Amino acid sequence: MSVIPAEMGLLLSGLLFVLGLIGVLARRNLIMILMSLEVMLNAAGLAFIVAGSRWGQADGQILFLLVLTLAAAEVGIGLGLALQIFHRFKTLDADSINQMQG
Amino acid sequence: MFDLLGWVPIIPLLGFLILVFYGRRLSKPEIAWIGAGSVGISTVLVALLGFEFLQGPMSPYRLTLGSWIVSGDLSIPFGFYLDALSLTMLFVVTGVGFLIHLYAAEFMETDACYARFFAYMNLFVAAMLVLVLADNLVLLYLGWEGVGLGSYLLIGFWYQNPANGYAARKAFVMTRIGDTALALGLFLLFTELHTLDIPSLMGRAQSQWTTGAVLPIVAAALILGGAVGKSAQLPLQTWLPDAMAGPTPVSALIHAATMVTAGVYLIARTHVLFMLAPPVQGAVALIGAVTLLMAGCSGLVQTDIKRILAYSTISQIGYMFLALGVGAWSAAIFHLLTHAFFKALLFLAAGAVIFSFHHEHDIFKMGGLRKSMPLAYWSFMIGSAALTALPFTSGFYSKHEILLAAYETSHILWGAGCLGALITGIYSFRLVFVVFFGKPTREIEKKIGGRMTIPLVLLSVLALCGGLLQIPLDTVFPALSEQNPGQNATLVSIITLAAPILGVAIAGLFYLTGTFSAANFVNLPGARLLNRLFLTGWGLDAIYGAVLIRPFKTLAALNKNDAVDKLYLGIAWLSRQLHRLTSATQTGRIRWYASSMAFGTVVVIAIGLLS
Amino acid sequence: MTLILFYVTSAVAVFATIMMITRLNAVHGLLYLILSLLAVGVIFFLLGAYFAAVLEVIIYAGAIMVLFVFVIMMLNQGHKTIAQERAWLEPGTWLGPSLLALILFTEMLVVIVQGGSAETGHVVSASQVGMALYGPYLIAVELASILLLTGLVGAYHLGKPILKMAKPRSEP
Repeated sequence: MSVIPAEMGLLLSGLLFVLGLIGVLARRNLIMILMSLEVMLNAAGLAFIVAGSRWGQADGQILFLLVLTLAAAEVGIGLGLALQIFHRFKTLDADSINQMQG
Repeated sequence: MFDLLGWVPIIPLLGFLILVFYGRRLSKPEIAWIGAGSVGISTVLVALLGFEFLQGPMSPYRLTLGSWIVSGDLSIPFGFYLDALSLTMLFVVTGVGFLIHLYAAEFMETDACYARFFAYMNLFVAAMLVLVLADNLVLLYLGWEGVGLGSYLLIGFWYQNPANGYAARKAFVMTRIGDTALALGLFLLFTELHTLDIPSLMGRAQSQWTTGAVLPIVAAALILGGAVGKSAQLPLQTWLPDAMAGPTPVSALIHAATMVTAGVYLIARTHVLFMLAPPVQGAVALIGAVTLLMAGCSGLVQTDIKRILAYSTISQIGYMFLALGVGAWSAAIFHLLTHAFFKALLFLAAGAVIFSFHHEHDIFKMGGLRKSMPLAYWSFMIGSAALTALPFTSGFYSKHEILLAAYETSHILWGAGCLGALITGIYSFRLVFVVFFGKPTREIEKKIGGRMTIPLVLLSVLALCGGLLQIPLDTVFPALSEQNPGQNATLVSIITLAAPILGVAIAGLFYLTGTFSAANFVNLPGARLLNRLFLTGWGLDAIYGAVLIRPFKTLAALNKNDAVDKLYLGIAWLSRQLHRLTSATQTGRIRWYASSMAFGTVVVIAIGLLS
Repeated sequence: MTLILFYVTSAVAVFATIMMITRLNAVHGLLYLILSLLAVGVIFFLLGAYFAAVLEVIIYAGAIMVLFVFVIMMLNQGHKTIAQERAWLEPGTWLGPSLLALILFTEMLVVIVQGGSAETGHVVSASQVGMALYGPYLIAVELASILLLTGLVGAYHLGKPILKMAKPRSEP
């Protein structure tokens, strides 16, 4: 029975993380940025699960649970902020919200 | 009683401080009371001290108020030294000073900066008193610098006119050259003799140095340099005629009676050093003789009343230098005393004339004031008589003593002195005849009051009778070498007597009776050139301008863009550029910040991988 | 068998993520995101982490994505903003981040390859996870619940003033 090698799992996690990073850096719509951020968090969680599966311990899944909790809380507040920004600036362009410059 | 000596310079200093801090809130009479009163109190103290001093054995009295600098070998206290010489100077500074302050209280009454004037005058008097009382050369130097400061502030008193500022600056810079020489002399003296306390310094010099050795010559020459600057002798004399830009009381106090005599005082104080350096002492006499002739000639052709008196001052101080140079120390100080009286009198009387004409200075615009200003007329007559050394005036006794002493040393010096007396007679009575005789050209616009009258009267009395004062200076100076009557004693005395009278006669022929005309005289061949030469003070200003000032300005212009400053500006510029670069990273955009974080991560991992 | 499934599923996940980050329509991107998450859930299952797989599907792809859907609908993103998104997505915007991310991925590659090889596949059952949660990780659970409470309060507060504010405050 072929077993999934750990380094393949980690590579996948890294690839998903990097793709999420590209999404965060290249998109200007706030909602898209938040979605790409979710991808990055997910990738990190994947890394944890791979490690837990490799060592056969529950810690990996527990840490994934915490990451999930964090993602949930962060999305709640992030989307609330996005709503506020849209109400104030009438746009979701991340580049136009640059008043703390200089 | 002698403990009160410390108060003598401190009270005018207190007057200065009060006027500086509260002057604006005081009324003019209050300012005058504080300004003149502080000097008056010092005068009273000096009178009391003098009375007590002269009754005793007249041994020097020292008072130390505290120590100033203590460092290794060097110990400089705030010490005061009272002997016959400093007592004489004290009397001049406070007595004549007080009369001038009283006069100034009325003369400067219409000026808006009344408090500032008296504050500066008090500062000056305090510094001068420190100078004459100092028992060590460093404290003397402090007073020396203080009077230089006071002189600068007072010459440029009406600073709104830039010309006054230039005159003040010129005075300060020229005396500074002398001050530098004096400072170098102090350094030399300390390095060689390890003390700067004057009595012990003189003692050590006498025991350690042989007459005519290099060290005393160099030290004495440096001190002479300092004296020449402050006393406006050759070659540093061009600042004094320009210093007449200041108010007349200032000219009377600083540039006639006190500050310019500080050089004479300095040489007299350090006379032991000069006696150890005969070439330098000879140089003192030579400088005095040449200066008195140059200044006398210049005074012949001036038209500004104060400039005539300024050149006259330079000339009379030349006489004092001549006296010091031939070893007649007491005669020099005696002449200093009488000169203070009559020159202050002349300046104050000139001030009265200027005051009455609302600041007119040209003597050819005045005339026939004999009837309309009798007090000024008689003051001028008495003052000029004393200046010319007509018989039985105070100036006569002092100048006669100097010329006789000069004859002992060198006939040429005596001849120069007699010629100088002749010229003095000519220019001083030229002034009197032009201003007070002849037809009146203008009406007086202002009458003088009591505060200006009293000093004029008192100074007239002193100028007449001052010759009777016997100051016991033999406690300070060695006696002059035995007076050798010699063959021509009577002839010498007669010529010395006659020269000034001849001068008066010549002046009378030109300006009183009109027998000769100055205008015709000028048209003689070569006379016009001489006239120009004399008028500009023998062209020294032009020489200095070409030799010193223009090269300096050219050199300074080379660095017009200030290379050194560019360096510092460059540092600031670099800093600004760096600031601009780094603040460009603060774009305020989220994506930019996230990118920088990612970039940082990349760099850190790379470092981790590579090391 | 699992290995082949793993490769297929990871290809799906990567494809879905790439599609998600390049969509102009926000709703399309969201759908691709859900696909990506579900693929990762399958991978969890293949790795033997059954509890995590379930959690991924229920909470991540379920609750969190629903939040996104609601907000996108509220803000009228999606069909109406396609032109705007097209304007914002210039090639210049892509280039820098892609380069940076590529370098980062290369570094990660180097690190992982240097680490050597290992096998996964140890099944960790839900009961094991539960025992660990109520045992050594009890405090972590409490902290997680506080975090959720914080998120709740924050979201409530941030959502409220929208109803009150009639017009936006002027810029400082």
